[in-house]
Amino acid sequence: MMTGAEIVIRCLQEEKVEYVFGYPGGSVLHIYDELFKQDKIKHVLVRHEQAAVHAADAMSRSSNKVGVALVTSGPGATNAVTGIATAYMDSIPLVVISGQVPTSYIGQDAFQECDTVGITRPCVKHNFLIKDVRDIADTMKKAFYIANSGRPGPVVVDIPKDVTAAKCEFAYPQEIHMRSYNPVVRGHSGQIKKAVQLLLKAKRPVIYTGGGVVLSDAAPELTALVRRLGFPITNTLMGLGGYPASDPKFLGMLGMHGTVEANLAMQHCDVLLAIGTRFDDRVIGNPENFSSVPRKIIHVDIDPSSISKRVRVDVPIVGNVRDVLEEMLKLLEDNQPKADISAWWQEIEGWRSKQCLKYRSSDEIMPQYVIEKLWEVTRGEAIVATDVGQHQMWSAQYYKFDTPRRWLTSGGLGTMGVGLPYAIGASLANPDRAVACVTGDGSIQMCIQELSTAKQFGLPIKIINLNNRYLGMVRQWQEMFYSRRYSQTYMDSLPDFVKLAEAYGHVGIRVEKSEDVEPALRKAFVEHKDDLVFLDIRTCREANVFPMVAAGKGLSEMILADEDL
Amino acid sequence: MRHIISILLENEAGALSRVAGLFSARGYNIETLTVAPTEDPSLSRLTIVTSGSDEVIEQITKQLNKLIDVVKVVDLSEAAHLERELMLIKVRASGKDREEMKRMADIFRGNIIDVTETTYVIELTGSGSKLDSFIQAINRDLILETVRTGVSGIGRGDRILKV
Repeated sequence: MMTGAEIVIRCLQEEKVEYVFGYPGGSVLHIYDELFKQDKIKHVLVRHEQAAVHAADAMSRSSNKVGVALVTSGPGATNAVTGIATAYMDSIPLVVISGQVPTSYIGQDAFQECDTVGITRPCVKHNFLIKDVRDIADTMKKAFYIANSGRPGPVVVDIPKDVTAAKCEFAYPQEIHMRSYNPVVRGHSGQIKKAVQLLLKAKRPVIYTGGGVVLSDAAPELTALVRRLGFPITNTLMGLGGYPASDPKFLGMLGMHGTVEANLAMQHCDVLLAIGTRFDDRVIGNPENFSSVPRKIIHVDIDPSSISKRVRVDVPIVGNVRDVLEEMLKLLEDNQPKADISAWWQEIEGWRSKQCLKYRSSDEIMPQYVIEKLWEVTRGEAIVATDVGQHQMWSAQYYKFDTPRRWLTSGGLGTMGVGLPYAIGASLANPDRAVACVTGDGSIQMCIQELSTAKQFGLPIKIINLNNRYLGMVRQWQEMFYSRRYSQTYMDSLPDFVKLAEAYGHVGIRVEKSEDVEPALRKAFVEHKDDLVFLDIRTCREANVFPMVAAGKGLSEMILADEDL
Repeated sequence: MRHIISILLENEAGALSRVAGLFSARGYNIETLTVAPTEDPSLSRLTIVTSGSDEVIEQITKQLNKLIDVVKVVDLSEAAHLERELMLIKVRASGKDREEMKRMADIFRGNIIDVTETTYVIELTGSGSKLDSFIQAINRDLILETVRTGVSGIGRGDRILKV
């Protein structure tokens, strides 16, 4: 016989969980006691539950393992909600275990009680409230299975305290069958054939891919497909790294801050192959404008509800991206002739020659320059976690990701504060790889307490704070659409970040001149390789992110930097 | 367009709120919703009447299918089907109205299932529009209370929704 708490820990061991990110509290005391008695699973004590979930999320994003977070009832669970919703929007597999008040107290407004299952319901793939100790093993197995199959997502398992104290026999199920959940893997062969025929006849094709390629580990298959077809390819923010960014076939990121060549190719193509992506508002802008140009659309996605949600598609293929791509490659093996697309490439090169990512040089530190130097110093091999805002877009535009799972960013929910916890999760999952957290003076303060966690676990993260003393992205919108009325976007009373980093026991370096950027980065990544270094970089205050498609506009209605200079 | 969607759902705590929550979160409307366990007590059968363009209905069925507790979804109104709704209506039945109310109940094939000196409770089944017409056919001032179950639906002939 084992207690429920022992069973929870045994289940995590069976799932080969290496790290649990969490924060103890009354309802999870039994579970924490069992954690204490074993040494297979390492627990990472964060300073706020939101960070526990973000760090677990980063473990999934950067290593393909399912991240696990453990929080207590009530405020522990509500603090975790932002992290859960962030993972949900980006389809990141995650298991969050929350304590709950004892079964007999539920509904009595007990101390630290909240309806965790009710609160998290709209932002999880699924959730469970376990009311019987005999259900723990099965439910944990289901939680991992649901989180990591089909379109992945977070699963919450809520366990009342008395259930963790009750006893029963333990047997971990090897397999789980659910009559109500059978995700599709293989795509429809007829549809795949139709898609391949369409691709071979295309005169102005574009391949547009998203996070689904990264999640299904299909980057090699995608690269093979692009090589075989010779088509231009663009990635969404979530899809970066799915195709090598330094390859000439890569048009850059598309969407609101996408390149001219990517956005115009999207708008003017005759056949669009969309893979593991969902045509969201930041990617295609106004769907009416997007649909005003006729083109054939092939859409590959594991989630049927992503297909024809915002844009009508001609050839829907529901299936796991990697399996579908493998089948496409097989059909292309016998070298059928394909249409000549050299004229289309010429047109694209014309757009590319506009060099839309060129930025003005200045005596001040240009934030774009910092990212370019970061790429150089890390030879493009670092894991880059970002927060949300201008620095996030510059990182996406100027750091060329050649490999998947190195780019960690909150795409769907756009959660400020993820950067440092993401870097923590990524650093633990990839101890041999340099990890940079590119952030801003606004975002970093949303989870800055995690500097303490990073110290406790000796994580050599490099924080690149693009400090413009503004909430830059909001300020940019106010400049462009609100006649420069900078309402509440000036960050007054900023802390001295160098001293702050030092107070937490880290290395802090302030950078105020352009010529100091590269030496400071080298110092951080080479001399202080094993330390957490906080680079507080005073950048040009009113630099803007270009190109830009204003909200509600079409992809062809880009605002370019030139007009701003 | 009006659609009748039938769902087989795991009969588990919270499963219904997942369905209801999906409709409110995504801005779909529910005209009526009925739910009860089936002959297999581990399964519930839901009937939802909703309306929307073809695109919206397509999304509703896809999103419902995504819920882990949902076993099967079918749009009944896509083909031949039956729909029935039950209404209990309490009416004033005294004096000259008493005989008239009895006659109306007979015409609509309703049953009077509760009788007092001044009131009847009439039980009426049929399509929603039949129940509407009954309400329109009698004197509004005589209606004391109505309660309707919402639509239950089933496919005709060989159309069977089962695990």
